[in-house]
Amino acid sequence: MEFSEHIKTANVEAVVLRQPFHPPSRGTLCVTGHHLLFSDREEGGSRHVFLLLRNIDAIEKSVENLLGYSGFFSSAGQSERISGSSGTITIKCKDLCVLQLDIPGMEQCLNIAHSIETLSSLDCVSEMYPFFYRPPDLNLQDQWGLSSPEKHYAQMEELHDRWRLSDVNRDYSVCPSYPPAVIVPKVIDDDMLLKVAKFRQGGRFPVLCYYHRKNGMVIMRSSQPLIGANRKRCREDELLLQAVINDSDKGYIIDTRSSQQVQQARMTGGGFESKSTYSCWKRLHRQMERGKALQESLIKLVEACGDQSHNMDRWLSKLENSKWLSHVQTALSTAGLLAECVERDGHSVLVHGSEGTDSTLLISTLAQLIMDPCCRTLEGFLALLEREWVQAGHPLQQRCAHSAHSHARLQQEAPVFLLLLDCVWQLWRQFPLALGFTEALLLRLATEAYASNYGTFLCNSDQERCALGVKEKTHCLFQALLRPRERDRYSNPLYEPTELAIWPSVHPQSLQLWRACFLRWTQQARHLEEAQEEIRNMVIEWGKLTADVELFNTQTK
Amino acid sequence: MEHIRLPKVENVRLTDRISPRRSSVGTLYLTATHTIFVENETGVRTETWVLHSLVCSVEKQAATATGCALLIHCKNFQVLHFVVPQERDCHDVHVSLQRLSQPERYEELYCFSYKPNIDKEERRQEWDFLDLKADYSRMGIPNSLWKLSSVNRDYKVSDTYPADLFVPKSAAPPIIVGSSKFRSRGRFPALSYYCKENHAAICRSSQPLSGFSARCLEDEQMLEAILRSNPRSDFMYVVDTRPKLNAIANRAAGKGYENEDNYSNIKFQFIGIENIHVMRNSQQKMLEVCELRSPSMSDFLEGLESSGWLKHIKAVIDAGIFIAKAVAEEGVSVLVHCSDGWDRTAQVCSVACVLLDPYYRTLKGLMVLIERDWVSFGHKFSHRCNHLDGDPKEVSPVMDQFLECVWQLMEQFPCAFEFNERFLITIHSHIYSCQYGNFIGNNQRERIELGLRETTHSLWMYLWKNRTDYINPLYRPDHSQTQGVLRPATAPYCFKFWRALYNRFDRGMHPRQSVEDYLMAIRDETQQLEEQLASHKEKIAKLEKEQGWSVARKAATLDKSPTAWAPNSGNSLALANTPQDYAGSFITSSPCQQKAPESSLIILPQDLSQTSDPNLSNNSDPESGIADLSCRSPLSEDSTRDPDSDEAAYSAA
Repeated sequence: MEFSEHIKTANVEAVVLRQPFHPPSRGTLCVTGHHLLFSDREEGGSRHVFLLLRNIDAIEKSVENLLGYSGFFSSAGQSERISGSSGTITIKCKDLCVLQLDIPGMEQCLNIAHSIETLSSLDCVSEMYPFFYRPPDLNLQDQWGLSSPEKHYAQMEELHDRWRLSDVNRDYSVCPSYPPAVIVPKVIDDDMLLKVAKFRQGGRFPVLCYYHRKNGMVIMRSSQPLIGANRKRCREDELLLQAVINDSDKGYIIDTRSSQQVQQARMTGGGFESKSTYSCWKRLHRQMERGKALQESLIKLVEACGDQSHNMDRWLSKLENSKWLSHVQTALSTAGLLAECVERDGHSVLVHGSEGTDSTLLISTLAQLIMDPCCRTLEGFLALLEREWVQAGHPLQQRCAHSAHSHARLQQEAPVFLLLLDCVWQLWRQFPLALGFTEALLLRLATEAYASNYGTFLCNSDQERCALGVKEKTHCLFQALLRPRERDRYSNPLYEPTELAIWPSVHPQSLQLWRACFLRWTQQARHLEEAQEEIRNMVIEWGKLTADVELFNTQTK
Repeated sequence: MEHIRLPKVENVRLTDRISPRRSSVGTLYLTATHTIFVENETGVRTETWVLHSLVCSVEKQAATATGCALLIHCKNFQVLHFVVPQERDCHDVHVSLQRLSQPERYEELYCFSYKPNIDKEERRQEWDFLDLKADYSRMGIPNSLWKLSSVNRDYKVSDTYPADLFVPKSAAPPIIVGSSKFRSRGRFPALSYYCKENHAAICRSSQPLSGFSARCLEDEQMLEAILRSNPRSDFMYVVDTRPKLNAIANRAAGKGYENEDNYSNIKFQFIGIENIHVMRNSQQKMLEVCELRSPSMSDFLEGLESSGWLKHIKAVIDAGIFIAKAVAEEGVSVLVHCSDGWDRTAQVCSVACVLLDPYYRTLKGLMVLIERDWVSFGHKFSHRCNHLDGDPKEVSPVMDQFLECVWQLMEQFPCAFEFNERFLITIHSHIYSCQYGNFIGNNQRERIELGLRETTHSLWMYLWKNRTDYINPLYRPDHSQTQGVLRPATAPYCFKFWRALYNRFDRGMHPRQSVEDYLMAIRDETQQLEEQLASHKEKIAKLEKEQGWSVARKAATLDKSPTAWAPNSGNSLALANTPQDYAGSFITSSPCQQKAPESSLIILPQDLSQTSDPNLSNNSDPESGIADLSCRSPLSEDSTRDPDSDEAAYSAA
């Protein structure tokens, strides 16, 4: 394997590992192509730690030459080599965990550090671990993914007389970031779609992403129209949107940029749907932060959480300064606005920003959770993520290339998906009985998005996944999460389905820092986990008794 | 009543602070004890009751075309915004309310006119419900080291101390009296908590009158006696909870702190908790932030930071941890004082007790703790809570801070406390409501003079009788979190803003579903099921004897497939309170659907609606389920009650 050329030292003995919740332990460290392996065999109970190299965001190394230094090991009377040198590697993971390895031997330490740095940042997707991960209980022939655009369309018979499934993008030539099949108004044929695609950035023409059964209104999403400085028009685009509202009096366009930003966008060829050409559509602007600003926000937040100064003023000021909670507030209130337009005002909505691959998806996903009970079950939520993030072309690989610790120059990183999970967590906090999944699922997804054994979050689009054969050569995370044992773990024991919309409160007092995520490696998170465990036990106990009593009842009859 | 200028005003508008469009018109009534707003608009009669003793301030704003606004702030953090059509009426209501909310004499307080249907004997039992001596004997005293002293029997040694106090066995009356002369207000060192496992004790006092160089032999002997009462330890801590600078400033006034050179084997330690004036201003600032109409996240966090409130809460908990550690881990006794020893000292000692002893994390334990460290040791409730029209500089939220410290700990250890948040909030309300006699007066002597035991009622019995409302369903006496000493984390991020208290009446801000209520329902049902199962088993055992049914029973207990315990399998049980009933009642998009009382959690505490005499404030406005979706977005205006009529809200967008 080519990995071996990056591994100069594969095994080191007598390494000390320090990690949260465990006392420091001494054992053997081993570097493989995809993992750091640590095993200690102290006191019979041997412990193994597997760390996916992909999960490593940044490392810091410090080496010391200890020649002539009478370290505490010798004074403690142990037969350690005094003459040696040693080094320390601090590993900062994408899941925000921080580990430390004390490695004897300066050269070995540098070799290991070098291997970690190189192997954790290899770019070649087809060499990543999901292509090698072969657990015994999963089969590559199993179904990959939960649904497909075809199935999704087939399930919603209500919309068949006005909407059709188009395979205009079957070879990904119309829109590289869309799946091969999309739902569009029936009256718009593929030729027209081709023209609309040319008028929208990245070819992302308006497609249906949600049909509201209660009133037949829909959510569409797209990228910005390319009207440019000379106010170009596209007749087919106008027709398409007209076909969306059909005989209704109007529709809303929620633009995730401010009205000032959309004017500026025209200078670079982008723009917005102007009142004069889209007379039935009313634009609402909600400025949402994206890209670099969002990534920096996360970095600042994590930095604040790691602050050791124990100073309250400093903490609150850093928390404020990170703006993370402001982003949560904006996302939830924009999603609430979208849901209100559809559910309470009874009109269809088109959502887009500029590229239509980030905040657009964030808003449409949250609005569906607010309105649609089907999205709130465990399966429903995973299917929603598959549809709105994986298939809809959120560039996961670029966005999640690094997390909050990396010193690397920022490129395309942005924690949009993490922001989504945070917003879903806020919903769960406010409606603890209305969602079919637990906080643990959200945490698992947050981890998997950045480093995974599974292929689900690999690549940036369906096209890339298809080219690399991801669906044939890797396992699917969503399927894995629905296996009985995992399902038990991630189902909300308190879940009580409700048909009603769940409207979140977005007052600053109602939103909280997601401690279980951003402070998950602190003791505090432990006590909260225990409480969740207690809740689960109570419900299980109650369920068992109900069943027992029921059985007795039927038998004694 | 002579103070009511105008008993009734019609066409008064009550506006919602968070979403001003959601306002209602009705009639305002002024009674001797309550102001009542009755809304009759929608055909459904809703009443809002405001107890006058809870009114903190009444503010009349300039008249406008629509009328004259009257802003009422309550001590339980309710804010009411009325608009009275006529300025003259508004003036009359304003003047009446100001007088009614600031009684000048104790006899005017609500507790003296509050007459639940309880006879004399029951009232005596109410007041005997908590027995502090029983708590001391639970701790294991009196014993060979500590004794009950009768030196303050007539409140002669210290008029703000209780009659019964525990002191070291070797402390003879002359030593106590001598020491008390060397301490502010005669508050000599006395026992607060004793740890029978290792003999370490928490004692409390006021500051010594040491000035720059004064000494007192008896005071030195007193501390020596405390040290000796912990035979395994060769030193003790003296903790001054003030910032060092404040303590030094006190020396100039002939007060100050202990000089380590004069006392043998003490370790002296400052813990900088700010004084009552800083705390009052800090809470005021925080409440202003809570009241902002539609703050951005940054406004809120900046405001919270600059109020300094959480910093002060952290300081109190940090001090509690220091003492709990000294007692539990080092086995060293501690003497705690501040200036007078009735504010910061009470906070710190009681927080330490909550950390140290699981008993104080139970319903009854917390009551006992408050009764001992706050009520009996002379926390000046009347002054601090402004029960009577008094010096505004004496008012301070010291007790609020203690309750919040307990809440912060509950947030960190969700399984460690027997009581829930509602319990703390109810106690908070009644500390200010003056409905019960417990928190009237400033010390034990005053309470006896007022004859409170004979004329008023005790809150503790009331809480105990309604304890099912205050149980934390996650509490298990045998849970690992419940055991032993609590070791909370004190990194700043562990502290949260207590929305359920400070924004208690802004219902739109609270979670729409309550895990706690759900779990309580499950718990009740589990209990019933257990009983049912037991009786079934009995029956079957009988049958088995008769017919040999054993095979069938085995099959029953082994079936534990996931579907076997599906919630709806219990249809034959006919239990009224299955959690399924909740699903719809939490979120109602239509105003016609009244919220079920079970779902209201803190928002409408059951204790308030259950009493025959409606007290405090009881707002039974139907919940619309629609939260404000935006700060600063046009939709924030849009909380109209009719779900179909909010189209107008978008026009601004």
